[in-house]
Amino acid sequence: MSRPIDQARNAETFLADTAHEQRLDKLLWAMRMRRDAAARQVPEWEELRTLASQIKEHTLSNLAEYLIQFEANAIANGAVVHWARDAHEHNQIVLDILTQQGARELVKSKSMLTEECELRPFLETRCVRVVETDLGERIQQLDNQPPGHIVGPAIHKTNKDVAILFSQKYGSDPDNEDTAYLAGVMREHTRPDFLKAGVGLTGANFVVADSGAIVVATNEGNADLSANTPSIHICSAGIEKVIPTTESLAVFIRLLARSATGDTITQYTSTFRGPRKGAAMHVILVDNGRSARLGMKRFWHSLKCIRCAACMNTCPVYRRSGGLSYGSTYMGPIGIIMMPTFEIRKYSELPFSSTLNASCTNVCPVKIDIHEQIYGWREVMEENDQIQVVKKEAMRVAGVVLSHSALYRTATSTLPVGLEVLPHSVIYSRLNAWGKHRDIPDVPYETFHEWYRKNRHDEVMHDQPL
Amino acid sequence: MRVALMVPCYVDMFYPRVGIATLELLERLGVDVVYPQEQTCCGQPMANSGCHEEARACEEHCARVFSSFHCVVTPSGSCTHHIRNKFTAAADSTERLNLVQNTFDLVEFLHDVLEVREFPWTSFKHRIALHTSCSAIRGLNMASMSERVHDPLFSKPKTLLRGVSGAEVVDFERVDECCGFGGTFAVTEEAVSTRMGYDKLAFMQKASPDCIVSSDMSCLMHLQGIARRQKQDIPFFHLAEILNGVSL
Amino acid sequence: MINPSDAAARNVILDAIRGNQPAAQPMPPIPHFRNQPADLVIAFCESLAWMTGVVVTEAVPDLESFVHARFPDAKIICSSVPEYVGTIHPASFDHWSDASIIDVCVLRSPMGVAETGSVLLSDIELQVNTIALLARDIVVLLDPKQIVPNIHDAYEHPHFKSRPYCLLMTGPSGSGDIGGTVVHPAQGAKTLTVIFSPVPGDGQRSG
Repeated sequence: MSRPIDQARNAETFLADTAHEQRLDKLLWAMRMRRDAAARQVPEWEELRTLASQIKEHTLSNLAEYLIQFEANAIANGAVVHWARDAHEHNQIVLDILTQQGARELVKSKSMLTEECELRPFLETRCVRVVETDLGERIQQLDNQPPGHIVGPAIHKTNKDVAILFSQKYGSDPDNEDTAYLAGVMREHTRPDFLKAGVGLTGANFVVADSGAIVVATNEGNADLSANTPSIHICSAGIEKVIPTTESLAVFIRLLARSATGDTITQYTSTFRGPRKGAAMHVILVDNGRSARLGMKRFWHSLKCIRCAACMNTCPVYRRSGGLSYGSTYMGPIGIIMMPTFEIRKYSELPFSSTLNASCTNVCPVKIDIHEQIYGWREVMEENDQIQVVKKEAMRVAGVVLSHSALYRTATSTLPVGLEVLPHSVIYSRLNAWGKHRDIPDVPYETFHEWYRKNRHDEVMHDQPL
Repeated sequence: MRVALMVPCYVDMFYPRVGIATLELLERLGVDVVYPQEQTCCGQPMANSGCHEEARACEEHCARVFSSFHCVVTPSGSCTHHIRNKFTAAADSTERLNLVQNTFDLVEFLHDVLEVREFPWTSFKHRIALHTSCSAIRGLNMASMSERVHDPLFSKPKTLLRGVSGAEVVDFERVDECCGFGGTFAVTEEAVSTRMGYDKLAFMQKASPDCIVSSDMSCLMHLQGIARRQKQDIPFFHLAEILNGVSL
Repeated sequence: MINPSDAAARNVILDAIRGNQPAAQPMPPIPHFRNQPADLVIAFCESLAWMTGVVVTEAVPDLESFVHARFPDAKIICSSVPEYVGTIHPASFDHWSDASIIDVCVLRSPMGVAETGSVLLSDIELQVNTIALLARDIVVLLDPKQIVPNIHDAYEHPHFKSRPYCLLMTGPSGSGDIGGTVVHPAQGAKTLTVIFSPVPGDGQRSG
């Protein structure tokens, strides 16, 4: 059995590179501040959050009906609707469409679902050239790294990192770190790919049931280019992306960009309802564990997620760990509560990569109870025996000592021996971890309990329960 | 008024002065304080690690110890948050319900129940960097949180500190960002935890405080550990000590 | 059409969903938020400026002169508005990828949104969708009387339920993916200029 991802150790490695860590922390905190400023401009912000949450809960609790409605309307609009149970079926459908077209190249915009399905390696091993057209995704593709953030996939890289990478892959100037220059290099090299690709693929931010429409929001316009320039548009959409009506779409559009970057809206917010004449539009509705998650009483609310990454930007742990430390498609707070549903053992440690501070829950535009689900997953890991053996035994000892007054008193009356037993019995295996960067608290002369017995001995008699 | 004093296990072991200050402060305010001696711990360390079963006996013991009290006060936001909002390992019982409904953090008790605003025995002409724990802010609604931008600004600890003669609470950046303690997180993810604490101290120090104060000693245990390792000798106090009239 | 080979997957997925759906929760009524800015035109201009778009509020009597003055090196100008012929018409593009030759694209939008500074463009206004996506610079005519207050109002436009493609465009293409600094352009238009221009005729709503 494979070892679980050790996010803590990965974070430690990231932290050792102080320059990159501090930069990421400042940048994403600034993003959180921009989100706050944008929310301040909308007096009804909290009402919108509540509405968005309720609309999603209504939709998810009537999901079958809405998917059927969407399918009927999309088909009436001239789209082809596919259904994929899992990642492999999704990937195979994409390949089949490409094969049908005789296409060997695919341009695509950002889709976390396709990351989840590992579409690119699937296609590339079958001789299809895949071009990521989102700037951040492209940077990560060229660097052979997964995305580190769901909105800004390469946000952990400095301009210098990108300049060097582009010089290696595109022959551009390694010493020119100007952001506009680098974006220009990407544009110059990607434009020809848009123009010659026979097939383009996008994700879906929202799937609108009443109009059979897919909605995609980008800053770059690369989704619009991917969908319109080739004559075949494939849209990969998780089944949880459905919303009931065009009217409800407005609520989400007002929340999405503000939560993600602090802008009121993305530069390109587009609705795709069907193909143009002579072209084709394929929508692939993907399950890949979502229907199962729908049945998890404590965790199904994670399906409300609209992929804004506000939780990542506010998470003090994410900002100091970097997204790659999670070793997962989705990272940060939302990643912690989603990833165990894909592979429980691999991601069994993630729920402990949190201080349970609840900032994430309070920025989430759809009011997912993220920190409560993180807490809930800790229990699940323990019930499923996924907690490391050492910690479980330590907890067992702690549980016994702390539930018996006499044992507790014995342990603490013999400080510093008690210091040995108790704190070590409630901590993880690395016994020196506390002291690596912190001094250990001074051991007082006596515990409060001892002080009280000594100094308030009259009251000791008085303090009997009534 | 009669209350039971719950002294968190880490306060009992490492910071008895906080328990003493809490006891003395309540007595100054005319409260009859009982300290049930059989108490141990609220169960949070086990529960936060997902070890529900191991937390059960501890929580049930806690509920039993305080079963005859209708007002329990503790100088810990995190323990209060655990008991009020996450006390689910213990089996359902009237004792459990009693504890869940009747436990107050010291700040809540002073601010909401006793409605104290003046502490005439104090004189503390110093600059205070006030840290309010995440449990207190987001779990107990002890202060407004920066995420909810339209909520009116308030802070119960700050309101109480206004009743301390001469005390000045300074502003600093990222005032409600987590300090990084997080319970067992402090050792399971030590590198991130200490980085967070180090950053928090740096933001506080930019405001030139004379001391650092919180109503949660667990956060301070972590921050003080880092400060000392950095050879910063700034004093740390629990809010109870300030309100009880400690001097710098 | 439903791909027959997906039919089995469809049934499995729908059955699984029906088996797992939580108890049905009601759809909330969506209020029509009426925080309207005092002046829609000013609000629109400010919103678009924030997104690095440009608004020309003074009348532009001669579009050809305007375009040549603002974009002196533009050679291929594609216009889909009757007021200005340009050098090429959208209908000329058999292959939508050919629109990459366009330097400046001139369009009319049937709606602006004050809250965000967005302009609506659909396949009707575009005729060939890629003219606004591949062009280097975009000029959009907008009747200021067709600016609606907010996004709720915007999505009431009939285009969203009738057209195959609708784009709410808000400023030129940009990206903040490198270092968090937003630069223009990314993949799409380098500049977006909105010219206030009443709809030809008696100002009735078009589209």
